[in-house]
Amino acid sequence: MIKLTIGEKVWQVAVYTILILLSLVCLLPFLYVVAVSVTPESEVLRRGIVILPETFTFAAYKEVFISHGIGQAYKITLFRTIVGTALNVLFTVLAAYPLSKKYLPGRSPFLIFIVFTMMFSGGLIPTYLLVRSMGLLNSPWVLIIPHLISAFNLVIIKGFFEQLPAEIEESSRVDGASELQSLWRIILPLSLPVLATISLFYAVGHWNSYFDAIVYLNDSSLMPLQVVLRNILLNVATQSADSMANSGAVSQFAVQMAAVVVTTVPILIVYPFMQKHFTKGVLLGSIKG
Amino acid sequence: MQAKLAADAIPRSEKRNSWIRTIQKYKVMYILLFPALLYFAVFKYIPMAGIIIAFKNYNLALGLWDSPWVGLKNFTDFINGVYFWDIMRNTIVISLYKLLFGFSAPIVLALLLNEVYTQWFKKIVQTITYLPHFLSWVIVYGLMVALLAPGDGLFNMILKENGVQPISFLTEPAWGRLLVISSEIWKDIGWGAILYLAALAGIDPSLYEAARMDGASKWRQLWHVTLPGIRGVIILMLILKLSHILDAGFDQIFMFANSFNQEKIDIIDTWVYREGLERLKIGLATAVGLFKAVIGFVLVLAANKIAKKFDGQIW
Repeated sequence: MIKLTIGEKVWQVAVYTILILLSLVCLLPFLYVVAVSVTPESEVLRRGIVILPETFTFAAYKEVFISHGIGQAYKITLFRTIVGTALNVLFTVLAAYPLSKKYLPGRSPFLIFIVFTMMFSGGLIPTYLLVRSMGLLNSPWVLIIPHLISAFNLVIIKGFFEQLPAEIEESSRVDGASELQSLWRIILPLSLPVLATISLFYAVGHWNSYFDAIVYLNDSSLMPLQVVLRNILLNVATQSADSMANSGAVSQFAVQMAAVVVTTVPILIVYPFMQKHFTKGVLLGSIKG
Repeated sequence: MQAKLAADAIPRSEKRNSWIRTIQKYKVMYILLFPALLYFAVFKYIPMAGIIIAFKNYNLALGLWDSPWVGLKNFTDFINGVYFWDIMRNTIVISLYKLLFGFSAPIVLALLLNEVYTQWFKKIVQTITYLPHFLSWVIVYGLMVALLAPGDGLFNMILKENGVQPISFLTEPAWGRLLVISSEIWKDIGWGAILYLAALAGIDPSLYEAARMDGASKWRQLWHVTLPGIRGVIILMLILKLSHILDAGFDQIFMFANSFNQEKIDIIDTWVYREGLERLKIGLATAVGLFKAVIGFVLVLAANKIAKKFDGQIW
C-alpha cells in the first residue's frame, strides 16, 4: 500500500463517517418503527420517547391481524405476486424468443409496435374505461392482466437471447428439436440469471403496487396488503374502527407501526438473496436503454 | 436472396403463396408471439384510440359513441382553468428539484464508495443503501408517519420534550415538497449509484497511477480522471431524466398528498385521477392525460436523438 498523507487520512475518515451516517439514516427509521410497534402504551406514557423498549407486547400485531384483515390482504398480495409473476415471465419469454430471431420476417415492425408503447400511452382514463368495459372491475385478475407484459423487460430478455451464441441452438435444431424444445432445453437454462432478474422486477412490482387496486377494486376483501396498510396509515375507518376504540391497551400509532412491519418483513427476508440479481438488472437495462 | 429474385419474377398469386409459405415455415414463432401482440393491442393500443374521448364531452351513461363531440374545448378549458398553472408549476418544480438533488446524490454516493478500499465495509453500505428502493411508497410513508406524525412521531416527541410546538409535517403545505423530494432521495440514492459504480469500475487504473506520478492531488484526480470517466453515463442519465420531466412521481405523491398539502404537491397525474375518476369529468381528464403524453413523447424522442449523438462521441 502507498503511504497516506495526513490530508488523505482526513479524507478517508470523512468518507467513512459520511457513509456510516448515510447507512444509519437508511436503517434507523425501521428500528424505530419496530420499537414503537412492540412497546406497550403504558411504557410510552411513562418514558416518553422509547427507542429500546423495556417491556414488550404483541397486542398491536394481534390488532392488525384480527381486525384489519391483514391475513386476507396477504392472500391477495401473494396471489398477485406468485401467479402474476409466473404469467408475466411466461408471456414475456414467449414473445422475447421469436423477437430475438433476426431472420424472422416482420420482426422489426413487431418490435416497433411494442417499443412504441413505452413512449406513448393512452393514459389512465382510457385504460380505466377499457378495463371497465371488459368486465374486469372488482375481479382479482385485474391486478394481473392489465400489466401482463412489461415492454421494458421484454426488450431486456430479447437482448439477452440475441447475444447467446447461435451455434448452440443450431446444433440442437439439426438434431431435430423443434423451436419450443430448443427454447426450453437450450435457451432457458442458459438464461437463468436474467430470468431471475426479470422475475424479481415483476415480483417486487406486484408486491409494492397499490394504485391499481384502489382504482379497479371496490370489495374490501380483495384489497392487497399495500392498500390495507395505506388505509391504516391514513386512518381510514376500516371494519375495526369500533374494536380499536375499546381496546385501550393498544395505541392507534402502535397499530400503524405494526402494520408497516408486517408489510416490510417479507421484503427484508428475501432482499439479501436477490440483491445480486437486482444489481445485474440495472446494468442489463442500461446497456439496452 | 434467391427467394427475393424468384418473387420478382413470378406473378401475384405465386407471391401470395410465398407469403403463406413464409408464415407456415415460421408458424411456431408467430404463435409464440401472438399472445404478446394481442396483449399490447388490447391494453395499450385500444386506450390510445380511446384518446378521442379527449375531444368529446364524455358521459358514462351515453358511452363512447353517443357522447357529443366538443372539439378542443377540453383542452382550452384545461389551459384556461384556474388550476392549470398550479399543477403545471407543481409538476415541473418537483421534477426539477428531484433532478437537481435526486440526480446528483447517487453520483456523490458512488464517488464516496469508490474511495472505500475495505471491501466488506463497501458491501455493507451498498446493501443497506440499496434496500429502500424495494419498499413501496406506502411503506415509505409509514416510516414518515413514524418519524413525523403530529402526536407520536419521533421528531414531534423530541420537539415536545424541548418545549417546542409540534409541527404537522405531513399536512403542512410548506413541508410538502421537501418531504416528497427528500424521501425520493432517501429511497433511490443507493439504487441510482449502481450505474455510476459500474462506470467508475471501468476507468483504467493506470490513469490514476499516471496522475499520481505527475503529483496530482485527490481533487485534481477527481476532476481530471474520475469525472471524465463517468461523464458519458452522467450525461445519458440526465437526458433520460429530463425527458420525463412531467412524471413527477405519481405513486409517491398519490400517497403523500392530502387535502391540506395538496396545493403544493398536486401534480398533473394526481389531478387527472381526481378529476377523471372521482369527479367523473372524463373528457377533461383524458385531454389532460393526452396533453401530458404528447409532450412526454416529444421529449423522449428528442432525448433519444440527443443520446445517440452523445453515444457516438463519448463511448
